[in-house]
Amino acid sequence: MYILGVSAYYHDSAACLIYKDEIIAAAQEERFTRKKQDESFPINAIKYCLDQAGLEISDIENIVYYEKPFLKFERLLESFYHFAPAGVVPFVKSIPVWIKEKLFIKNQIYSKLKELGKYDKTKLKTYFSEHHLSHAASAFYPSGFESAAVLTIDGMGEWASASISKANKSGISIVKEMHYPNSLGLLYSAFTYFLGFVVNSGEYKLMGLAPYGNPKSEQVFDYIKKIKTTLVDIADDGSIKLNMKYFGFATRLKMIKPNKWESLFNLKKRNPNDEISSSHSNLALAIQLVTEEIVLKMAKHARDITGEKNICLSGGVALNCVSNGVLFRENLFDDIYIQPASGDAGGALGAALAYAHIHKGVELTPSANDKMKGAYLGPEFSNADVLKTARKYNANFIYFDNFHELSVFAANQIAQNKVLGWFRGRMEFGPRALGNRSILADARNLETQKKLNLKIKFREGFRPFAPSVLEEDCGEYFTPAVKSPYMLLVVHVVEKLREKLPENYLNLDLMEKLYAKRSQIQAITHCDFSARIQTVDKNTNPDYHKLISEFKNLTGTGLIVNTSFNVRGEPIVCSPDQAFACFMRTDMDILVMQDYVFIKDDQILNKEDFNQTFKPD
Amino acid sequence: MEFLRDIFSFLKERKKYWLIPMIIVLLIIGILVVFGGSSSVAPFVYTLF
Repeated sequence: MYILGVSAYYHDSAACLIYKDEIIAAAQEERFTRKKQDESFPINAIKYCLDQAGLEISDIENIVYYEKPFLKFERLLESFYHFAPAGVVPFVKSIPVWIKEKLFIKNQIYSKLKELGKYDKTKLKTYFSEHHLSHAASAFYPSGFESAAVLTIDGMGEWASASISKANKSGISIVKEMHYPNSLGLLYSAFTYFLGFVVNSGEYKLMGLAPYGNPKSEQVFDYIKKIKTTLVDIADDGSIKLNMKYFGFATRLKMIKPNKWESLFNLKKRNPNDEISSSHSNLALAIQLVTEEIVLKMAKHARDITGEKNICLSGGVALNCVSNGVLFRENLFDDIYIQPASGDAGGALGAALAYAHIHKGVELTPSANDKMKGAYLGPEFSNADVLKTARKYNANFIYFDNFHELSVFAANQIAQNKVLGWFRGRMEFGPRALGNRSILADARNLETQKKLNLKIKFREGFRPFAPSVLEEDCGEYFTPAVKSPYMLLVVHVVEKLREKLPENYLNLDLMEKLYAKRSQIQAITHCDFSARIQTVDKNTNPDYHKLISEFKNLTGTGLIVNTSFNVRGEPIVCSPDQAFACFMRTDMDILVMQDYVFIKDDQILNKEDFNQTFKPD
Repeated sequence: MEFLRDIFSFLKERKKYWLIPMIIVLLIIGILVVFGGSSSVAPFVYTLF
């Protein structure tokens, strides 16, 4: 029994194919269309999923969409009715989209699928899951837990923006929900907007900016106080009530009412190209701390009302790995599982799994390891595919017929401060590159962060990088030592690797903090000694584990910098052609694709031949 | 027809009959919009709607 899960029409559309409870394939549409967070119907992702299983569209009998469009439309109508006459502009603007497209998702699905071949419409049934049920299922069913509390938090689903569920072999029962317009995701997005970042993608930047704030400054305390007394009321159970006098998303085409925010914080709304001041960093820190407080309260409440010992997290806010790290350190639960594709892309997976287990009665099989296959669920390309790319670009290469030699060569290059593109095996599902579509570098080098940000990723200099560390060596570098296979937990660099900081460190401005020597693994040590780690397990990704092990043999350090294989505004590369183009247009030194190695200095073509600009995110 | 059947069974299940007139009016406007060829680009900074 194959089930196809689909998310589309909002942001980050994706498709996923499961067989009973086994995840066969999953991918985001953006990787194929090359439009970041593409919201269009995921026809390419569906085609890939079918190809991966050797199926035709006519072989599929069940398609599950990740949310309920009618329920969302109900919210749209009722909320506009509630706020009327305010909100007439967004109402009038959004109605045509609904009438043309979003109310007719079933028809859209049937019609788009015709592009993949003939099928019998009477045999292909379409079902609709609920948005937060999809998130909950995407976290619980792959977790391997027998039972768990499930906490989902995001911007907005149909009505719900957060939910607490109790999940076990009988299904997932939603115990509590928080409803529109109150939303932690939207609160965080509102600050993202006020601080000059793009809503829906700049939230990572806000999270990365927060540690530059001064946790001991009066300004941070003042901002927190203002947030909690004026913008949001936080209850003991973690539910929140937004003061809608300050937010524009319900009645205007903007997240916030900027004038009110500017007078509240005595700070001008930042424009994307403005310098980042200490006040911006302090405000980022304030909202990050408030977010952590809310998540923690929600998690405590989830434990209290479900009585469960394990927790699963999903929804966009579960990608806030700093608050995940705080939750982990609080030890509220025996174990935590976070869905790596916690955004709406993962909704496709959750919708399919919810349908399989809850409606089709597929039995839950608890397991010691999770069932996400390391999130390596996307397309894979062969040596022959790589060779085709090499010939297309008349590229010079070295071929290795022995992976041991290849890994020693690559590790050696990283140890010599070369920046290396690493393209092997199946592409990752979710926003993180986990060692199959990654750019790798030496974390010990003081210049690595600057070089990667400015010359390779072309992104803001302040943004931190994450390490991939051998799972067995995690405790050597980080505390607490955790399993974090999906780069979703923030921990801290151990004391013995830290450098002594200048006495006025907390008062330094952003760039001074950025370039202050902080640790012996500088490139992955954020300015507050935190690091968003990926632990690499030998069984889940043996090739990547081998590469880091060889690097350790050469240098004594069992970790490297791992950042996604793309530039700012570009979706992570999927195919060899995309990887080669990205390699050529940046200052990357070496590219490893499957068993082929490309050295930049040996190439005939140059940067200008691969000019392509992406809209900055 | 399938759409009308689906939406009425939804309203019945949710007991939201008061939305029926609004939906009918919107569908009529929608038909005009579709034939009028107005833009149906989503309007918002966050895809709430």
